[in-house]
Amino acid sequence: MVKFVELHKQITIMEEMLFYDRMQFAFTITFHYLFPQLTMGLSLIIVYFKWKYLKTQDEQYNHATHFWMKIFALNFAMGVVTGIPMEFQFGTNWAKFSELTGGIIGQTLAMEGMFSFFLESSFLGLFLFGEKLLGHKWHFVTGLLIMIGSWASGFLIIATHSWMQNPVGYEILENGKFVLNNFQALFLNPWLWPSYLHNQAASLVTSSFVVAGIGAFYILSKKNVSFGKLFLKTGVIFGLISSIIVAVPTGDLAAKNVVKYQPVTFAAMEGIFHTEKKGSEIVLIGQPDVKDKKLDNKIAVPNILSFLTYGNWDQEIQGLDQFEEDLHPTNISGLYYAYHIMVGLGTVFIGLMVISLFQLIRGKLFETKWLLWSLMFMMPFPYIANTTGWYTAELGRQPWLVYNLMRTAAGASPTVSSGNTLFTLLGFIGLYLLLGMLFLLLVGKIINKGPHHVELSTEKI
Amino acid sequence: MEFFWYVVLMGILAVYLVLDGYDFGAGIIHLFFADTEKDKKAITNAIGPFWDANEVWLIAAGGVLFFAFPTLYASSFSGFYLPLIMILWLLIFRAIGLEMRGQIHNHMWEAIWDKAFGIASLLLALFFGIALGNIVRGVNLGMVQNGVSTQEAHYFFLPLWNPTFSPQANELGIIDWFTLFLGIVSVVALTIHGANWIIYKTNSALNPKLKNVVFRLNFILLVLVFISLGIWHFIEPKPFHNFVENPILWFFPLMTFVGIAGLFKVRSFKKDGHGFLFSTLFLVGGFASTAVSIFPNVLPSTNKVNPSLTIYNTAAHEYGLNAGLSWFFIALFLVIIYFIIQYRVFSGKMDDIGYGEH
Repeated sequence: MVKFVELHKQITIMEEMLFYDRMQFAFTITFHYLFPQLTMGLSLIIVYFKWKYLKTQDEQYNHATHFWMKIFALNFAMGVVTGIPMEFQFGTNWAKFSELTGGIIGQTLAMEGMFSFFLESSFLGLFLFGEKLLGHKWHFVTGLLIMIGSWASGFLIIATHSWMQNPVGYEILENGKFVLNNFQALFLNPWLWPSYLHNQAASLVTSSFVVAGIGAFYILSKKNVSFGKLFLKTGVIFGLISSIIVAVPTGDLAAKNVVKYQPVTFAAMEGIFHTEKKGSEIVLIGQPDVKDKKLDNKIAVPNILSFLTYGNWDQEIQGLDQFEEDLHPTNISGLYYAYHIMVGLGTVFIGLMVISLFQLIRGKLFETKWLLWSLMFMMPFPYIANTTGWYTAELGRQPWLVYNLMRTAAGASPTVSSGNTLFTLLGFIGLYLLLGMLFLLLVGKIINKGPHHVELSTEKI
Repeated sequence: MEFFWYVVLMGILAVYLVLDGYDFGAGIIHLFFADTEKDKKAITNAIGPFWDANEVWLIAAGGVLFFAFPTLYASSFSGFYLPLIMILWLLIFRAIGLEMRGQIHNHMWEAIWDKAFGIASLLLALFFGIALGNIVRGVNLGMVQNGVSTQEAHYFFLPLWNPTFSPQANELGIIDWFTLFLGIVSVVALTIHGANWIIYKTNSALNPKLKNVVFRLNFILLVLVFISLGIWHFIEPKPFHNFVENPILWFFPLMTFVGIAGLFKVRSFKKDGHGFLFSTLFLVGGFASTAVSIFPNVLPSTNKVNPSLTIYNTAAHEYGLNAGLSWFFIALFLVIIYFIIQYRVFSGKMDDIGYGEH
């Protein structure tokens, strides 16, 4: 009995440690990714504006470029300062994981530093302040280089992520270490390309909605109306294209990867507790009851899921009942909600953008008040969709750090106590709260000032 | 192959030290010596376009450490948990201090961010010195108690301090009198370095005053360096064994002293960049000498049960290290190109370049 109590205490301590380690990583990465998701997509839109300016010599495009560069610069700085803690945390909080897999995931992370960050940091200053020094053509080129840097960064992060989801090109030594035996395999990972394109398209969705939303705000507030129209038009066109690409083909392919490589995750995502022999329904709404293995208040359409997944209405899809319980994702409800929120919002985005484009073509977009209001209030939602998309991927990988090979519990730092992690977690929460407030203050200032007043050569970012 | 990546890692760290070192130094100068708005402006102008690019070297060092020496990365990052996270917070504070200050023109707002920038810079210089001190002093690997390891042989955890503040205590802390001493050396050295950078990159009215500051601090630095040589044997009984075996390595200590000697002539240099050159020699020489003194150890063990961490017992597997070569040389080539472009665009004094304000 004494032994049991002692063991129970040990387990509780371990679980508490793991809980704070996970919370800290989740919190810092969630906050961090609010910024790169805008800058990756926005860099493309900025390059587009600059390119239009070069082609048409219309000053408005250059003013638009400058305005969005200011927003970009602020987001970029936030991304940098919140990004450095991410690289450190593999070692500080996940030491065992880093020790055993560092020879592989360290490879792609080191490449990110050497290829993306040096490129971005070398040219960011020139891009932000060097327009007069460089001339417009070279200014365009620096913008393009910044874009390439940020997209390469995303690529290498998702290559790292993909290895954890679907490990390739490795062998495991007797001492438990993962060693690389095929470098190319890291980049030919079937998980990588659909995820990468899905993520980049989603980043473009965020940026397009922000550009369109600010455009709508300017039109509604009757300030900077000509810019408002330009932003809205551009945002709607980019927004429609990217919202569609997020769903088809990239989202579809990414989901099929989950079916193929992580069927148990797929069952949890979709809320399939029991295998249906004659084809699976698709669940639109419902609350999972993990204890009794059912969905409450369910609204579902029969056979659609089988069709979407296999192109066959009657195909059987494995439910959670087909898998051992200790292989189930640890947070089934969270995973289910994350996935459904992402998909639900993605559908709303497509719908809204289709209507907006329709109105744009009819020449009535700028007068359709309800649509302008909707576009403006829609701005935060792509952030939610991106975040829940990542939660789907990460919660879906649990209880593994390296899928099917290394449990999350085995990866934490052995010597860092939960008290120390809670201390730093609280510190991060406080610091990021401050950062977030400053960010909103400054971004509000830029938007309030509007594009007309932006003079990059005399003003600070 | 381990040795190659060790040299790469040390090279990146040395570049980081030289580059972000002047950022920290400029922050310290900003805190103590900049009185007027114009002085402050000159200082922030001198580092404005560079500081974030400089911090990339830290990220690059972290990346190379992670991939080439994963065991060292895992062991040291988890063992030095608290100071590392605090360094992250300070880096963030410093960055927002620098970037927020000019956003709103209000003297209270500016005063807050001036202090955030200056104090964070000072503490970072101190912390990096303390970090170096911890690495040469070593740690209780495996957390041995009464001759028995309580953790795997390469893991440890250090609190911020122990009540005795002694580097020879059984229960070590991050801050003891030895590491704190190296922290102070680091603050003095980086203050000199930062002042030299400001002299080099600006026409500030502050420059003559800074030359005097460099001159005086250099005396202190010389004294501190001699004291540190005196106390080194407390933590490393044979500090010179690598130098004796390979006399060519005396090059690094020599470089350190050439740096200090040169700095005494700071008031009569013909070119403003010379001071920066000499403080760079001092920093790189001092850093390299320290690394050589404990080589091939990278984290010594203070107990007899578990071996020190070396570049050989912490390195990744051969295949990965070789695979890394292919992309590393491409990346290095690109970095050199970026550097040349930047150097050409930003050569000369920052206040002469008609380049946006910062």
